[in-house]
Amino acid sequence: MSRITREEVAKLAELARLDLPESELDEYAKQLEIILESVAKVGEVSTKDVKPMSHATGLVNVFREDVTKESLSRDEILRSAPATEDDRFRVPRILDEE
Amino acid sequence: MSTYDQAIKKYDPVLGLETHVELSTNSKMFCGCSTEFGADPNKQTCPTCLGLPGSLPVANAIGIESTIRIGLALNCSIASYSRFARKNYFYPDMPKDFQTSQYDEPLCSNGYLDVLVDTDEGTKTFRVEIERVHLEEDTGKLTHAGGATGRIHGADYSLVDYNRAGIPLVEIVTKPVPDTGEYAPLVAKAYVTELRDLLRGLNVSDVRMEEGSLRCDVNLSLTPKGSKTWGTRTETKNVNSLRSVERAIRSEIERQSLELDKGNKIKQETRHFQEDTGTTRSGRSKVVAEEYRYFPEPDLVPIAPDKAWIEKLKKALPEQPSIRRTRLAKEWGFTDLEMRDVATLGGVDLIAQTIEQGTSPASARKWWAGELSGHASKADLELIDLKITPTDVARIDALVNEGKLTDKLARQVIEAVLNGEGNPDEVIKKRNLAVVSDDSALIPAIEAAIAANPDAAAKIREGKVQVVGVIVGAVMKTTGGSADAAKVRELVLKTLGQ
Repeated sequence: MSRITREEVAKLAELARLDLPESELDEYAKQLEIILESVAKVGEVSTKDVKPMSHATGLVNVFREDVTKESLSRDEILRSAPATEDDRFRVPRILDEE
Repeated sequence: MSTYDQAIKKYDPVLGLETHVELSTNSKMFCGCSTEFGADPNKQTCPTCLGLPGSLPVANAIGIESTIRIGLALNCSIASYSRFARKNYFYPDMPKDFQTSQYDEPLCSNGYLDVLVDTDEGTKTFRVEIERVHLEEDTGKLTHAGGATGRIHGADYSLVDYNRAGIPLVEIVTKPVPDTGEYAPLVAKAYVTELRDLLRGLNVSDVRMEEGSLRCDVNLSLTPKGSKTWGTRTETKNVNSLRSVERAIRSEIERQSLELDKGNKIKQETRHFQEDTGTTRSGRSKVVAEEYRYFPEPDLVPIAPDKAWIEKLKKALPEQPSIRRTRLAKEWGFTDLEMRDVATLGGVDLIAQTIEQGTSPASARKWWAGELSGHASKADLELIDLKITPTDVARIDALVNEGKLTDKLARQVIEAVLNGEGNPDEVIKKRNLAVVSDDSALIPAIEAAIAANPDAAAKIREGKVQVVGVIVGAVMKTTGGSADAAKVRELVLKTLGQ
């Protein structure tokens, strides 16, 4: 099967916002390779008559009534945040300067 | 020839619209937090909408039902099996780092909405085909701090309020709409207007563009006449009023045609509409294409609406807005044109509610489409966003009919109500605006007016009643228009022995 390239690992890391050092790309490529090979074994099973499954329970149409419940206390939720201001969550700059 | 006319001569516009509608459920889509607009920041959050570990979403039944009803009203087919999907992205407006949305299995697909537009060849019907209607959740609200513009560019940091995160949001996507030619801006505006009325009729959303419960993105491309391949499209965001829908398309047609004329290529990009100039500005073009890595949401079970449920919802749909308008126009004695104007202003329901309270259709139309639409357009608001209710309007109209308000006073009352000074009766009391028809209050003013106009008074005494207007006018002037003119006339004549 095709090998996972360094570039692909770098791309995945970027998408997942992981700061992978150059030096570790080969190592992770190798590990991902092993994972993919293991998962590929599933492809060997004949699934001609099996419907694709996304949920284990087979349940459908589980709904809740449209009624409100009490929300959390704001003080409590803001206390868990690294930074707050004006009763809001404070987050770092979103876009870098152009 | 204007830039627009030149553009239309050379190119055919193809437009598309993505509309987001916040549903007016009591609770959020996947948790029990309230959806009320205008609450203090972060007062309406819980472990589920904050994406805390171990929390489990459960779909709001009304959210699902409303989406299906919207699909049915737009002539869509309803999926017999549909799943939610995670749209993954890193942006702090969603604390979960993904938005629960739908991907390849929307609840509703392949519908249409017919809209009417006035053309040079009379009123024409344009069919806007609907690609899909799917259900997702709204995101939190960001405030950008620091920097000069208050925009995301140049901001030092941002503040997030998650009250809106998790409110059910329905996305309605049209197929590309070709062959609208010079009417493209009007077709787009008519579509959003008609969609708004349809949603309001379904009672599924407040559909207030200014509060953001109805939001519109506009796609546009130009094709050189005779060419069969469509041009590159741009997507314009931040189009937050009906008028802006029209202006955004018009300005994109002009801008793209000028670029193409220069031999430039149109960049596929997101643009932002600017209310002040009526033009669009380039957003930051993304270096890397977005990869949302959608996958089926494992925490929510699939939706499988059975036929009986869909049939039941279909049967209970309200009358279509266009059919309802035709019926009401007949009932109210409005011409087609009058009714269309009222509909464009979003005034059909307001007028209906005013009539229900005893106002005549003609008067109700006069107040809403005449007087109040002027206030609305001055403030760049929709009629429904004005701080005056059908009850207020019906009350003012009744007071005018009873002779307790003159038209001039009525207009002052309306202005005061719009300024938030209270309901009509409160305003009249506070500002002392009622018509003076009390004899004792009028007599001194009448006597003064007679003394000031001896010639006219003499003529009236001789029986030349037609000059009474001079004295009535003088009385009206001294009383600042608050007198009942008919009463004044009667008293003047009586005083002068007629």
